[in-house]
Amino acid sequence: MDLELDELSVVMDGRSLVRGLSLEVPDGQVVGLVGPNGSGKSTALRCVYRALRPSSGTVWVGEQDLTRLPMRRSAQTIAAMTQDGGIDFDFTVEEVVALGRAPHLRGNQALSGRERDLCERAMDQLDIRHLAHRGVLTLSGGERQRVLLARALVQEPEILVLDEPTNHLDVRHQVDLLSLLRGAGLTVLVVLHDLNLAAAACDRLGVLSQGRLVASGAPVDVLTTQLVGDVFGVTASVVPHPLTGDPQLLYSLNSAR
Amino acid sequence: MKVTHVPPSSTSVASADGDTAEPAETQAPRPAAPARGRLASRKALLLGCVVLAAVLLVSLVVAIGLGPAVVTPGETARHLWAALSGGRIGPDEVTTYQIIWQIRTPRVLLAALVGAGLSAVGVAIQAMVRNALADPFVLGVSSGASVGAVGVTVTGGFAILGIYAVSVGAFVGALVASVLVYAASSSRGALSPLRLVLTGVAMSLGFQAVMSLIIYFAPDSEATSMVLYWTMGSFGAATWGALPVVSVVVLAGLAVLYRYGRALDVLSLGDETAASLGFDPDRHRKVLLVLVSLVTGVMVAVSGAIAFVGLVMPHVVRMVVGATHARVLAVAPLVGAIFMVWVDLAARTLVAPRELPLGVITALVGVPVFIALMRRRGYTFGGR
Repeated sequence: MDLELDELSVVMDGRSLVRGLSLEVPDGQVVGLVGPNGSGKSTALRCVYRALRPSSGTVWVGEQDLTRLPMRRSAQTIAAMTQDGGIDFDFTVEEVVALGRAPHLRGNQALSGRERDLCERAMDQLDIRHLAHRGVLTLSGGERQRVLLARALVQEPEILVLDEPTNHLDVRHQVDLLSLLRGAGLTVLVVLHDLNLAAAACDRLGVLSQGRLVASGAPVDVLTTQLVGDVFGVTASVVPHPLTGDPQLLYSLNSAR
Repeated sequence: MKVTHVPPSSTSVASADGDTAEPAETQAPRPAAPARGRLASRKALLLGCVVLAAVLLVSLVVAIGLGPAVVTPGETARHLWAALSGGRIGPDEVTTYQIIWQIRTPRVLLAALVGAGLSAVGVAIQAMVRNALADPFVLGVSSGASVGAVGVTVTGGFAILGIYAVSVGAFVGALVASVLVYAASSSRGALSPLRLVLTGVAMSLGFQAVMSLIIYFAPDSEATSMVLYWTMGSFGAATWGALPVVSVVVLAGLAVLYRYGRALDVLSLGDETAASLGFDPDRHRKVLLVLVSLVTGVMVAVSGAIAFVGLVMPHVVRMVVGATHARVLAVAPLVGAIFMVWVDLAARTLVAPRELPLGVITALVGVPVFIALMRRRGYTFGGR
């Protein structure tokens, strides 16, 4: 299902966090949102998973205006892996993963056999099945991230939005997670900090700076020395990946502007 | 690799089908059973509830029998049966019967109801504000209810409502208090658990001060004992007349809260996550806030504000059944009821013929538990 941000603006406490952001995420594609800290990436995402109502503009899900859908209905289509993953109660891993079914269930309705299988599969995919009975409070940051993604997958969404999903993950799990995203066949909008991973994982990139979209397109077109210098304020050489040809950035430490 | 069978339950997702396809890298053996001694299945939970209900029943009978005049449980049961079935008792037993049926039974039943209600309300508040150290007392809801109840008692307001006036006053007080605490601690629409607890504690002291002022300025009131009653709690004033309102509100509240089980699970994961799972956190919190204020208000109106029950019981229950709220809300009211019946028994027998305020006993039990909880894993009040 297509996702489209249409002239999205968010104003909070008189500050414009997102200004007229328009970005298309075509069905089945992985689109990355990159930009410096405070550039409005997470704010834009929050409008998609409905933690925030945009001040103006529209989020289109297929043909529908997101704010006109009941929240429960949109949660059956859009799943999110958020930054705010803090859990203060000692749920077990499998309990948290099973909560991904909440938008599909009424009240305290029990999970069906199919739904339990779904949870099992998601835990296998994210390599957390051995943690199923552990309390989430005892997990490392990376393990917790994987639990949260498993929960999002169990939601059986058509659209997945992720806010820095590779945070806290070791290299192997970063690569695994992004491969999983690529192979899931979902429409994905993901905020990433690591530009090299973003270039490797995303079909298209949108670059945000001070709430505005300053560039968008295929990674090879977007990630140029000029743009990285302008937006991030660092000097980088762009080289093609020897195997995949994706643009990769090499930073030079002493020539930061 | 053989997977140990775990019976399916509402949340248990362990399968027994032996599907052991795992990534080759994962060498760690799976745990053979839930790592912590949790009641893993619905059956075990149901069994646990039945056992607890039986313990509650026995506690009720024993507690009704004990007091200045000791009646054996067998005799107590016989008198209760006589009262319920319209049976006959001997003429020399009338005094015993009156003590049991007119004085102790309503009191013990009230203790059980309030214990159950406080525990359930504690569970709900903790999930709502994502803070395992919250309860109606800590957040000032109970003291707000006291202010309302005292205000009505002293001024004779809501007189049109007759015997419900104090309950309505307490409910209004509780609601005003929760809205105030809620509004004062949220900034930019976001609710910080740390601010919430700090605001609650401050407000709670403020409400107590207001309540004391009202009482001291009231004409011909027994000020000291009244302040003690409203801040520390007592079932000394229990009568059959007080029971219907409390029973209906508390039992209905328990049923509604139980139905909110999964919503509370989702809310306790935080507002962002709740929204992404299709639950509007603000809308749910508003409904729960009214519900919690209603139940708390009605309880405070008949028993004063009793601390620590709503705080400690949810924890004790979570340690055994896990954090899933549908399970916690099935068990916590029973445990709370049993606890409260025994606390009240201690309150009226330990220093008989005088009575200890309930808050004294719940605090003596609650404070050490509270501190132990905080020290375990360096609790942060939910603030980060």
